[in-house]
Amino acid sequence: MPYLEESYDVVVVGAGHAGCEAALACARLGLETIMFTVSVDSIALMPCNPNIGGSSKGHLVRELDALGGEMGRNIDKTFIQSKMLNESKGPAVHSLRAQADKQDYTREMRRTLENTDHLTIRQAEVSEILTESGRITGVRTFSGAVYHGKAVVLATGTYLNARCIYGDVSNPTGPNGLQAATHLTDSLKANGIEMYRFKTGTPARADRRSIDFSKMEEQLGDRKIVPFSFSTDPDSVQKEQVSCWLTYTNEKTHEIIRANLDRSPLFSGAIEGTGPRYCPSIEDKVVKFPDKERHQVFIEPEGLYTNEMYLGGMSSSLPEDVQHAMYKTVPGLEHVKIVRNAYAIEYDCINSRQLKATLEFKAVEGLYSGGQFNGSSGYEEAAVQGFMAGVNAAMKILGRDQYVLDRSQAYIGVLIDDLVTKENHEPYRMMTSRAEYRLLLRQDNADLRLRTIGHEIGLVSDEEFEKTLKKERDIAAETERLEKTNIGASQKVQDFLRRHKSTELKTGATLAELVRRPELDYVMLSEIDEKRPDLPDDTAEQVNINIKYEGYIRRQRQQVAQFKKLESKRLDVDFDYSAVNSLRKEAVQKLNLYKPMSIGQASRISGVSPADISVLLVYLEQRRHRETNV
Amino acid sequence: MKKTDTIAAVATAMGSSGIGIIRVSGEEAFSIAEKIFRRSQGKRGTQPGKSVPQKIRTDVRNIYYGHIYDGEELLDEVLLIVMKGPHSYTAEDTVEINCHGGVLMMKKILETVIKYGARPAEPGEFTKRAFLNGRIDLSQAEAVMDVINSGNQYALKSSVGQLKGRLSEKIRELREKIIFQLAHIESALDDPEHVSLEGYPKVLGEVLKPVITDIEKLLKSADNGRVMREGVKTVIVGKPNVGKSSLLNVLVGEERAIVTDIAGTTRDTLEEHIQMQGISLNVVDTAGIRDTGDRVEQIGVSRAKTAAEQADLIIYVVDASVPLDGNDRDIIEMIRGRKTVVLLNKTDLETVVTAEYMESVTGYPVIQVSAKEETGIKELEDKVKSMFYDGEINFNEDIYITNIRHKTALTESLKSLMMVMESIESGMPEDFFSIDLMDAYAHLGSVIGEEVGEDLINEIFSKFCTGK
Repeated sequence: MPYLEESYDVVVVGAGHAGCEAALACARLGLETIMFTVSVDSIALMPCNPNIGGSSKGHLVRELDALGGEMGRNIDKTFIQSKMLNESKGPAVHSLRAQADKQDYTREMRRTLENTDHLTIRQAEVSEILTESGRITGVRTFSGAVYHGKAVVLATGTYLNARCIYGDVSNPTGPNGLQAATHLTDSLKANGIEMYRFKTGTPARADRRSIDFSKMEEQLGDRKIVPFSFSTDPDSVQKEQVSCWLTYTNEKTHEIIRANLDRSPLFSGAIEGTGPRYCPSIEDKVVKFPDKERHQVFIEPEGLYTNEMYLGGMSSSLPEDVQHAMYKTVPGLEHVKIVRNAYAIEYDCINSRQLKATLEFKAVEGLYSGGQFNGSSGYEEAAVQGFMAGVNAAMKILGRDQYVLDRSQAYIGVLIDDLVTKENHEPYRMMTSRAEYRLLLRQDNADLRLRTIGHEIGLVSDEEFEKTLKKERDIAAETERLEKTNIGASQKVQDFLRRHKSTELKTGATLAELVRRPELDYVMLSEIDEKRPDLPDDTAEQVNINIKYEGYIRRQRQQVAQFKKLESKRLDVDFDYSAVNSLRKEAVQKLNLYKPMSIGQASRISGVSPADISVLLVYLEQRRHRETNV
Repeated sequence: MKKTDTIAAVATAMGSSGIGIIRVSGEEAFSIAEKIFRRSQGKRGTQPGKSVPQKIRTDVRNIYYGHIYDGEELLDEVLLIVMKGPHSYTAEDTVEINCHGGVLMMKKILETVIKYGARPAEPGEFTKRAFLNGRIDLSQAEAVMDVINSGNQYALKSSVGQLKGRLSEKIRELREKIIFQLAHIESALDDPEHVSLEGYPKVLGEVLKPVITDIEKLLKSADNGRVMREGVKTVIVGKPNVGKSSLLNVLVGEERAIVTDIAGTTRDTLEEHIQMQGISLNVVDTAGIRDTGDRVEQIGVSRAKTAAEQADLIIYVVDASVPLDGNDRDIIEMIRGRKTVVLLNKTDLETVVTAEYMESVTGYPVIQVSAKEETGIKELEDKVKSMFYDGEINFNEDIYITNIRHKTALTESLKSLMMVMESIESGMPEDFFSIDLMDAYAHLGSVIGEEVGEDLINEIFSKFCTGK
């Protein structure tokens, strides 16, 4: 039978946050790229919470931006409230979070995609991947059309064999009632790919007019807004913001939930997928933490042109009558009208340990994947994976080296390393506690860490890159000036110190020494620092952090140096570890299963002991000698 | 992994040889040596008090004569061999401290080296480094790998095995406290709108104070050798009710074992550490050995036999007031060929068994004692001491090495907690506490052979209700 046949460099399956970044990266690098979606209207859809960023997720967005991704710029254009979280804590855990106008977010991203050269958007369900002797050759759609590609990026999100559930109602659809993709899983399995079944959920949406905000606490945005993107002019984002609202559940709510647990598909066993622990349904919270008298409910707008409000904190899969009854017990929601029910969603994803750290499948050359399909959760987690998968697919086609960020370079590195190295039985969410070098991986220095790489990849312009280089120079010069500038115990200085409850000077001190005092900082010192050059806020912030936390930063750098030693020792992914006799059995088994890319990665696999690592080092050395002697 | 990668270990047998060598290898080997070694010059210098600190030349291989100091405390008169890498066994900068061969001295010097920045070497680690640095023939690689893994598995086993239940329980308890606090901080950072850190630093300080005290106590008891079973493994055997427990009590100087006159009171093996004229003994009191129908007692008896089999030194206690029987003959059979001292107890009563007779049937030295009157104890101590210095009995080397590791780990965890306290005092933001809390948690874990893994994430989810 005749069928449609086209050829591209890269085929991207899915147009969510991962798919968009993958497609944009490839097309911007000049590769002919086609992106498939089950619905063009659902490009960059935000089917769950209406935010971008948040603790550690904000880091991901800024890193992605520094590398040349789109998410940061897109949210800067479409946010309606912005907040820097953890401002009272250390700089490493400051994190940006913005409320998005969901529709606007989708529309803006679509506009960007549609106006990118070399990028084709196609509405169709991909039902098959095509391979030839372990190498990807393209995909086939449900209608039978064949699209040849040198590389394929899978970013199917939560659509594979998706099922939405509340109570005993179960719909075979993707999020928001969109069509699920029911054929691809079989094709993947036929290619030897191991699949998992995960579960997540989303709370209900309510009509703004039915909510009594006078019974809730108002949550305002920051007075001074920091943009996500390093290329966004901070002045351009200072705008009027909308509010979010906070209310609480109570004993009555919990009683209703407890009385109806038997009707919850989570507890009755109707849902088999593994749910995330960090984003528990309200019924989960009530069961697991019976002592808690109340749980927070955040009421957040879904956009400027809709009355729909997101009921954050009350995700649920209880039957709709129970849902309605429990909402009505919450102050301010007594007369609430629900627009969309809360539901749980179950979907197919992969065991991500089948991937290399480049996000290419070990078993199928040229096949990459990113996003929730890899077992993660969250828009931001998805976007960064999509980006890295897209970049590496492009690098492969261009015959260039693959990019792997390590755990000391970026949260992105931590995220991907965790996914491909650790057992993961729930949707994976980024958390600051997962990053062991977080003092170095701050959201404020993502550009300093990653712009060079983004520029080298080819997704950061020379002009943007020059901005970062200038910032680096300014920071170095100003830091040096502070270290070298002595300040005497003048009347003005002593007055200043007294006013800030800081010990007065006996002799002189350098400005840097004063910055280090807990009660002072760089900005405050401008008063007594007469020769201070005029520097942008973000540059000044770097100077302050570098000096103030110097001791801690130095310690982390030492740890990183140690870490890098093992990371730089490469392992062959085809190596059979049973050839090394002295390894313990468990280690051989695990190493053969994971096929780590470096000694460092091997050392993070549970079941591989430090002694096994020593053995591997000796073995590698022995082999190296043999090879060089042949 | 430690920041410094300089390793140290005793390179000679931990016996009573004349000379002992402590080897230190790695980048900081020389700087550590400079901190603890004072070179002596000419005749004047042979007086330790007049040793003068003087820079040692590290650019050439050299031997120096001088003394090892821990701060101002003089430890030993030594020869210091300085080898600049790659001209050493490991091909790294290496110093070897040739000291007097006493076990206690070697231990003391090694601990000092560690205190000034080295870490205890893993089994086979010098050899591993030698190999990785190209110093060892390729054909030996297999052997090196075997040593590493078998050595480690043994070390781990003995490390966990030698910890008393009480100690590992204590460490687990401390770790639980630490991880809970960590999880609290981290969940607040990840979800600031749910978990508050208002006034938290003060709370944390209060929680950590007793933890710090506990670790300090553990370290002190480690020094006394009372916590970890370091020392000459000494087992007291004998029939029921011959006075084994009473003897242990006399040696320990406190009522440790339950003493009654009902035969078979000690049903399990009891253990104590005692210092006998500078020698550390790890004494195991065992259930009396006899043919018994009592199930519980039977287990005790079989344990006693096992303990005796693993002992470095056996103290066989005989009741001088009653004649020997079949059980005694079994015991005499069991201890044949082992290092043994026979104690003829209850010599305050009317005796029916003489020292000469016991000596002839066992072939071992016999000392007459009375646990009740506390006579003959001095003679026992002298005997043990002379056996030790004659090299007849020895330390258990592996246990000794793991103990150093435990101590290092405890010290490191203490340091980390002190840094947390410092951060609290200087008003650092809460997320800075985590770094050192995690280090403390990891170090404590290494004492009981537990890794960190996903502990923190699991704790966050099980104890804190976070997430929207």
